[in-house]
Amino acid sequence: MLLAFVTLIPFLGAVIPLLAIRFGRNFCAIATGAVTLTALLLLLSEAGAVYRGEVLTWGVPWLPLIGLSFSFFLDGLGFFFAVLILGMGLLIILYARYYLSSKDPLGLFYFYLLLFQGAMVGIVLSDNILLLLVFWELTSLTSFLLIGYWSQQPKSREGAQMALIVTGGGGLALIAGMLLLGHIAGTFELSEILQRGEVIRSSPLLVPTLLLILGGAFTKSAQFPFHFWLPHAMAAPTPVSAYLHSATMVKAGIFLLARLWPVFASTDAWFLIVAPVGLVTMLIGAWIALFRNDLKSLLAFSTVSHLGLTVMLLGMATPLAAVAAVFHILNHATFKAALFMSAGSVDHEAGTRDIRRLGGLLTLMPITAVLALVASASMAGIPLLNGFLSKEMMLEESTHTIYAGLPWLFPVLATLAALVSAAYSFRFAISTFLGAPRDDYPRRPHDPPVGMWLPVAILIVPVIAIGLLPALIAGPVVERTALAVVGRALPEYTLAIWHGITPALFMSFIALVGGFVLFKSYRFANDLRRVFAGPDAKRIYDGAISALTAGARWVIETTHNGSLPRYVGVILSVIVAVGFVGFLNAPHEAGARAMIPTSFPALVSWVVLAAICIALLFWHRERLLALILTSGVGLIVSLLFIQFSAPDLALTQISVDVVTTILLLLALNLLPKTSPGETNTAGRLARGGLAAAVGFGAGALAYAIMTRDFQTISDYHLAEAKPEGGGTNVVNVILVDFRGFDTFGEIIVLGIAAITIFALLDTALRGAAARTLDSIRHPEQSMDAHPLILVVATRVLLPLALTVAVFIFMRGHNEPGGGFIAGLIVAIALIMQYLASGYAWAAQRARIDSQAMIGGGIAIAGLTGIASLLLGWPFLTSTHTYIDLPLVGEIEIASAIAFDLGVFLTVVGVVMVSLAQISRVEERAEREPVPEGPIDIPLRRGRIVGSNDGTQES
Amino acid sequence: MELLVASAIGMMTAVGVYLVLHQRTFPVIVGLTLLSYAVNVFLFSSGRLLVNRPPIITGADAYTDPLPQALVLTAIVISFGMTALIVVLALRGFLETETDTADILTEDLAPEAEADK
Repeated sequence: MLLAFVTLIPFLGAVIPLLAIRFGRNFCAIATGAVTLTALLLLLSEAGAVYRGEVLTWGVPWLPLIGLSFSFFLDGLGFFFAVLILGMGLLIILYARYYLSSKDPLGLFYFYLLLFQGAMVGIVLSDNILLLLVFWELTSLTSFLLIGYWSQQPKSREGAQMALIVTGGGGLALIAGMLLLGHIAGTFELSEILQRGEVIRSSPLLVPTLLLILGGAFTKSAQFPFHFWLPHAMAAPTPVSAYLHSATMVKAGIFLLARLWPVFASTDAWFLIVAPVGLVTMLIGAWIALFRNDLKSLLAFSTVSHLGLTVMLLGMATPLAAVAAVFHILNHATFKAALFMSAGSVDHEAGTRDIRRLGGLLTLMPITAVLALVASASMAGIPLLNGFLSKEMMLEESTHTIYAGLPWLFPVLATLAALVSAAYSFRFAISTFLGAPRDDYPRRPHDPPVGMWLPVAILIVPVIAIGLLPALIAGPVVERTALAVVGRALPEYTLAIWHGITPALFMSFIALVGGFVLFKSYRFANDLRRVFAGPDAKRIYDGAISALTAGARWVIETTHNGSLPRYVGVILSVIVAVGFVGFLNAPHEAGARAMIPTSFPALVSWVVLAAICIALLFWHRERLLALILTSGVGLIVSLLFIQFSAPDLALTQISVDVVTTILLLLALNLLPKTSPGETNTAGRLARGGLAAAVGFGAGALAYAIMTRDFQTISDYHLAEAKPEGGGTNVVNVILVDFRGFDTFGEIIVLGIAAITIFALLDTALRGAAARTLDSIRHPEQSMDAHPLILVVATRVLLPLALTVAVFIFMRGHNEPGGGFIAGLIVAIALIMQYLASGYAWAAQRARIDSQAMIGGGIAIAGLTGIASLLLGWPFLTSTHTYIDLPLVGEIEIASAIAFDLGVFLTVVGVVMVSLAQISRVEERAEREPVPEGPIDIPLRRGRIVGSNDGTQES
Repeated sequence: MELLVASAIGMMTAVGVYLVLHQRTFPVIVGLTLLSYAVNVFLFSSGRLLVNRPPIITGADAYTDPLPQALVLTAIVISFGMTALIVVLALRGFLETETDTADILTEDLAPEAEADK
């Protein structure tokens, strides 16, 4: 549980800075720091157990079917990384408070930072590899947000996008690799996978799995040839660079390699791929770093180089190399984060971080300079500092590495890389801080506030302390972590400054002296670089991206021409084709179910339907006729429902048809009255052919189904409707009781549709839509706007209709009827008032707001469900009882009636909102002010300019 | 009887599809309405046809299958909601553009000009 909390606290706490920023930047920083500190203290409370060698696990199943669980485990390696992430996070939070200007939204920055922190901790503590993948992707996303924090700058956006594409692409490879790994191992729990190394190593899928996982790790950790994104990500604010690009995110790939070390390290493929990739990255990164003029860019390539060093050590696949790798991760994190923050301070105070414009800052910014000089000395590998120790261990290990039968290859190239690395460290330190002070700075440089140099100073403490007393300070950490990496007992080794006269000592010496010489002959080296200029990775990347974009655009433009009939045609053709293939592979004998003899009324109805269909084909361009014909189809369908024992459906269908027809009539009043001819005969034939194929398929399928017997699942509903649901109308009981949750969802959908309609039409009386409305004034109008007979008849009918609705509603549980049908009847009765007396008259007299009715209906239905929850039954459980009413006698009342009431109100509200909104728009298109009531028959037919509210509106 | 119902489904589907394959909004709406009828009857018929056996508990020995009926009842109401929504969409679209074609105008398809490049 505690492990999950360590991961979740940064996520949950991420909203705190967003709220805390209202109370000032200091408070916000403290609140954010408190979140991280809480997680860190929780983690440290387990330090004792971890250092006794225990492995803590905690988990709950999440989606057990696919092997995903919410499980964590903590051992030396996870502990090491988690402390690194959270501890470094605290320093960064402090530094960022002073680094970011008051114009930057600090709360948002901390929000992103905490999300990132949670995702990183999640990676290193996940037990389930699918969960690990989730966190892995989250780091890609949150780092995108952090790199693009200054989103107003094109460079930030570009760098963020590049980082996302490269690491996200690698993430895809990793997903595939992890799925393969889980498939081979038969489990997705990392702690179990680590026990099954033998199974995995003997699998034929070993190499593809390894390659895919390495794809994810190498992109994340910026290994050659994916190293190019890291320097571009330096467009991020410096705290992000220091955190993500030196201490944490780029180490995620390395963490993964270390985590899976026991599984893969003993395979040939591992050594053959990982070690040289690390070596080449180390060399190339150092070489490019030497010629960078931007301090942050120099540090970025230096980071690439050091990541390469660590990867190479892990790739060497010996336990001692793994120890050196762990040690170097620790050392690099301290001195590199210190250097990034120092570079940020220089940029912040001197106004530039171009190495050619810097110099002599030692006297101007003494604190920053001293701290940075110590850190760069460590990076160069000068003795008595921690960088020297791990670098010497690396050189020592390289002398034991024989690659491709060449014993000199690794030692020579590693020494060369160390030499170049020393050279750029000297360049960084000497060109920036030493030499004569300059007076041409954009700003007058001075030391930054304590909040910006204190984090650096805190990091310098371990740089020196480990450098002087390695075994005492770092010994236990390195040992426990390395044990977790290797997974078995470690061979004898000592962390010490002096190992005697060893080859590594000579190599260190050569690297330092050679590095200084190289730095002194910088101009010559720079000329040499121009000769050997390789291809620019950024240009290749840009080319690949623009080729992809062009390709995607071509595909979209050729397949999506914007023609709706074409899309629908393609979709339907595919459906027909798939259905036909299915038909070919199915048994073809006729069904055995006894058929119902044809009745004469049914035959007549069928003939009418066929006639309507044919008429529609020929005359559908006359829209009013098409509409009337369609409502005829609706009537036939209602008859069909009556014929085949579905009275509820018939009632619903016929009332829905009335409403739909009125709705379409209202819309047609504004739309063009005829459709133009669209295509030639060939087009019509193509449409007709497709339509005939789909129609024939649907009909044949229905016939095949109807002529076969089946096993119904409705016996339960029929048997239990009365005893359980308290009603004899099984359809209604299913709707409001057995499947009430479905109905609840359905009325919500209806409500959403009505609100969308409202939103679409409420704004239609402004802008372009209003101008169109003004232009389509009806040329001819009925003399009698509201015929007296219709008005009177509808008003008389209203109470009658409402009574019928109440009756239908009340009996719905036992006889055909219910909330849906009653709602439609009430809606029709109300619409009739709108039709007869006009929108203004009816709207004025509408006491209840239709939208409130929708909301109220859904609320009542929901509350009915919740009430049963409160009584300890599942959601929407219903109960029923019998009550005696005077005159009516004993009736049975079920609690589901309250639910049905909700359905009823929602249906009324939805229909009223839809139709009333259309009528309101319609009113605008009337020529005259709408006369009110039946007796206000307009006598004057003249054009009264300005009397219409509509014309005054612009 | 089954053949009549099946062929009715087929006819309604065919005319519905034919109308949906048009460019103007109104035939598309009418076509969708017909398709809704067809689909509802199709779903209903999957409970097999029975005459004079409504699912009202009266002590009779057999009833028709109530479950497809309940599903179709909600489907009828939902298809009203859907029809109302697309009618209003079509109406607003017509009022905005003064044309009732359902096609996407070609200039809307053009990719957005890339910012600051």
